[in-house]
Amino acid sequence: MFHTKTLAELSQLLTSGEVSSVELTQAFLQRIKQLDTDLNSFITVTEDQALAQAQAADDTIKAGTAGLLTGIPFAHKDIFCTRDIKTSCGSKMLDNFISPYDATVVEKMSQAGMVMLGKTNMDEFAMGSSNETSYYGPVKNPWNTQSVPGGSSGGSAASVAARLTPAATGTDTGGSIRQPASLCGITGLKPTYGRVSRYGMIAFASSLDQAGPMAQSAEDCALLLNAMAGFDRRDSTSIKKDVPDYTADLNKDLNGLKIGLPKEYFDTGLDAGVAEVIDQAIQQYKDMGAEIIEISLPNTHLAVPVYYVVAPAECSSNLSRFDGVRFGYRCEDPRDLEDLYKRSRGEAFGAEVKRRIMVGTYALSAGYYDAYYLKAQQLRRMISDDFTKAFETVDVIMGPSSPGTAFKIGEKTSDPVSMYLSDIYTIAVNLAGLPGISIPAGFSNNMPVGLQIIANSFEESRLLNVAHQYQQTTEWHRQIPDAFI
Amino acid sequence: MEWESVIGLEIHAQLATKSKIFSSASTAYGAEPNTQACAVDLGLPGVLPVVNKEAIHMAAKFGLATGSNVSRHSVFARKNYFYPDLPKGYQISQFELPIVEKGEMEIELEDGSTKIIGITRAHLEEDAGKSLHEDFHGMTGIDLNRAGTPLLEIVSEPDIRSAKEAVAYMKKLHSLVQYLEICDGNMAEGSFRCDANVSVRLKGQEELGTRAEIKNINSFRFVERAINFEIDRQIDLLESGGEVIQETRLYDADKDETRSMRSKEEANDYRYFPDPDLLPVIIDEAYLEDVRKTLPELPKEKRERFISEYSLTDYDAVILTGSRDLADYFESVVQQSSGDAKLAANWVIGDLSARLNKEDISIDQSPVTADMLASMLKRINDKTISGKIAKDVFNAMWSGEGDADTVIENKGLKQITDNSAIEAMIDEIIASNPQQVEQYRAGKDKVFGFFVGQVMKASQGKANPAQVNEILKQKLSS
Repeated sequence: MFHTKTLAELSQLLTSGEVSSVELTQAFLQRIKQLDTDLNSFITVTEDQALAQAQAADDTIKAGTAGLLTGIPFAHKDIFCTRDIKTSCGSKMLDNFISPYDATVVEKMSQAGMVMLGKTNMDEFAMGSSNETSYYGPVKNPWNTQSVPGGSSGGSAASVAARLTPAATGTDTGGSIRQPASLCGITGLKPTYGRVSRYGMIAFASSLDQAGPMAQSAEDCALLLNAMAGFDRRDSTSIKKDVPDYTADLNKDLNGLKIGLPKEYFDTGLDAGVAEVIDQAIQQYKDMGAEIIEISLPNTHLAVPVYYVVAPAECSSNLSRFDGVRFGYRCEDPRDLEDLYKRSRGEAFGAEVKRRIMVGTYALSAGYYDAYYLKAQQLRRMISDDFTKAFETVDVIMGPSSPGTAFKIGEKTSDPVSMYLSDIYTIAVNLAGLPGISIPAGFSNNMPVGLQIIANSFEESRLLNVAHQYQQTTEWHRQIPDAFI
Repeated sequence: MEWESVIGLEIHAQLATKSKIFSSASTAYGAEPNTQACAVDLGLPGVLPVVNKEAIHMAAKFGLATGSNVSRHSVFARKNYFYPDLPKGYQISQFELPIVEKGEMEIELEDGSTKIIGITRAHLEEDAGKSLHEDFHGMTGIDLNRAGTPLLEIVSEPDIRSAKEAVAYMKKLHSLVQYLEICDGNMAEGSFRCDANVSVRLKGQEELGTRAEIKNINSFRFVERAINFEIDRQIDLLESGGEVIQETRLYDADKDETRSMRSKEEANDYRYFPDPDLLPVIIDEAYLEDVRKTLPELPKEKRERFISEYSLTDYDAVILTGSRDLADYFESVVQQSSGDAKLAANWVIGDLSARLNKEDISIDQSPVTADMLASMLKRINDKTISGKIAKDVFNAMWSGEGDADTVIENKGLKQITDNSAIEAMIDEIIASNPQQVEQYRAGKDKVFGFFVGQVMKASQGKANPAQVNEILKQKLSS
């Protein structure tokens, strides 16, 4: 049973010749065929290309030139442009869009020899926390198909949780990797802003978007980040900084590690069951020799309002290119230019995308810019300074990834603010550009709970080390929902 | 009522970079539609801009050359509006923090005095594509070759008071950007174009009148006409009790008028904000020092040097330094001929410029190269030909009959400098015109010209004029 194995374990099986990439790929394609009809975690399955890539990977393995990721099947969130394969971004707008080029992340994964099984479902243009805004229908949580998987990388999280793929890529603008990872019981890492190239990743909010790996374990995420990270001259905001081997520090012991617990993250908004799981995880770290320090991130309450000015402002501009002129959806028989714009955009964007475009347009408008956008930027700086100050005394910050476990499909769709609050603990990390990871830490009412760990800029190695050590002494990350064992 | 017009210009100079401002596609003009538009220029999903360092360098050069403040920290901003030839739905420009601020240009006015025109700012931005409305059967074609071409938008202070001053300022800038080699100045291809903000107010009034903006004027002549039309229109309007409304107007060269394009109410709210895909442009002292080293001699310095080094008049120096190509041509002629700068200046400003104007070609297209003109001037100096004959030689060279020596040889234009030959001709003429000799000797000096003419005629213009004068005087008075 290959699907229960971690990526690191599969890598060993491939190298030792116990299984071929083609066999692995077939096995996962088979699982997708059998199990995804209900989950809806994939938008596109690329069977033929996958088998061709697997065959090529097997040749490389035979030739003895394989890397650790050669031949490993995985999936891309449908936000990454893939040449000759539909890239929908979860939207009717791009239902007909075939990209003529590969995103940098896609190139890098291909160069590493990985085998793409397909493209995963997501909230439309990554705007959502439940995967309910997708044009391709909601994704279901493998732990309870009445519940959401979280979002926006809901398809990636659900497919990994259901073991339809060993790993997937995700993107995280306000928690879109960590929150669904938490709700689906998998490990998801959002790297430092600028660590992974954004070229070819369809932009939602450019100053916040960051791609990262989603997998069963921290070790798997480390292996994937090794392939994903790095400076890209095509992305001016990517950072010119050497990429370390992220697996190198995994086994460092945590004796003396200083863990900060922000008191604001354990406030009244936090579900009691989630709080209990997080407390236990903290206790576990204490047992491993870590020192627990209570800290304060006093501007935490500003994160959601600031985010919902900055992100919509950027998205209102980023999504202007979808105008029905050059690619994507175009309304039928436009009368004139204005009609072309209005109906193409009106008919192809969903409600949440429209809501954010409206909010963002408003925030940038003459007379409101200073009060909203400019003010939000000032507050963003204050939120960032909170973290800088905290990292003067602690090595990592821990807390819940989300205030609750997965909620029911439809439960929050009519109340956007309550939906937005499900990212309350993750959003500040994006505003500050820091790396964060969510790891499975237990269950509350039979639904997974994620522990979020935050580190200082470019300290992904430390983050992965801290997560990996926990996973060496616990089995939460190895839990599989009954229906998918 | 006496009115005063107040004018400010916004000039778009297309920077002469090889590739676009945010992509690696070529900027060459005139390619087949959409063959020079890459994924970034098309605004495909997921693409990102990367700034062209050469464009930054050129903007910095302009800043230094105009005594401006080159910002240590400037920021690209998005100007949001929908238009089919604007692929991303926003133009990347600069807004609150432009790369160049607070400079100035000195212009010469018609009465010979000079005036300083302030430069408010100059900022970098990308050009849009082109919408093509013909040949598409009621539809519109989009050509994105021009999308992403780097522009430097140079905004003047409202210091200009007449259409003539506006043209003088624009010409001055046009010359400067070519001096700096940051723009080819080709106005027909749109490499250098202008928007004019025009308002009028009563003389003595402090407060500015309501302005109209005239868009996209692409020649000096049209700038002058458009502004004059607009000034008259506004004055007529105000004098008949009307009101100028703030609006954007287009100049129609065929009808020689401006007409309304959109009013202030219809204007877009561009919702500028810093482009999160691009980092701020940071410029330090060391970088500026390097840029300074690449600055060529500027028109004003060159003019002063021409006056001192070549003893030219102020007038000649101004004309010769009007464009870098003309100045270079002149200096090349001086260096290659025997250094007679005054002679060279006369030829370049006189016959050569006249001919270039007549044929409407630029100096780099002149069939008479600097080398050719220089070797002709040498023949004047060594008296092989006279200045008068030189005009024939010049014309022959222009029509492609070879260099000066070839023309002189083939046409037998060599000057006669042999004293005895000239004496013989003069003797004969004196002998056959006794009446005129009488008149001259009776004190009628004017008749001298008649004799000179006769000698030149007899020699087919080839006799050395100085010698002719001297020998004639001698013979007639003896």
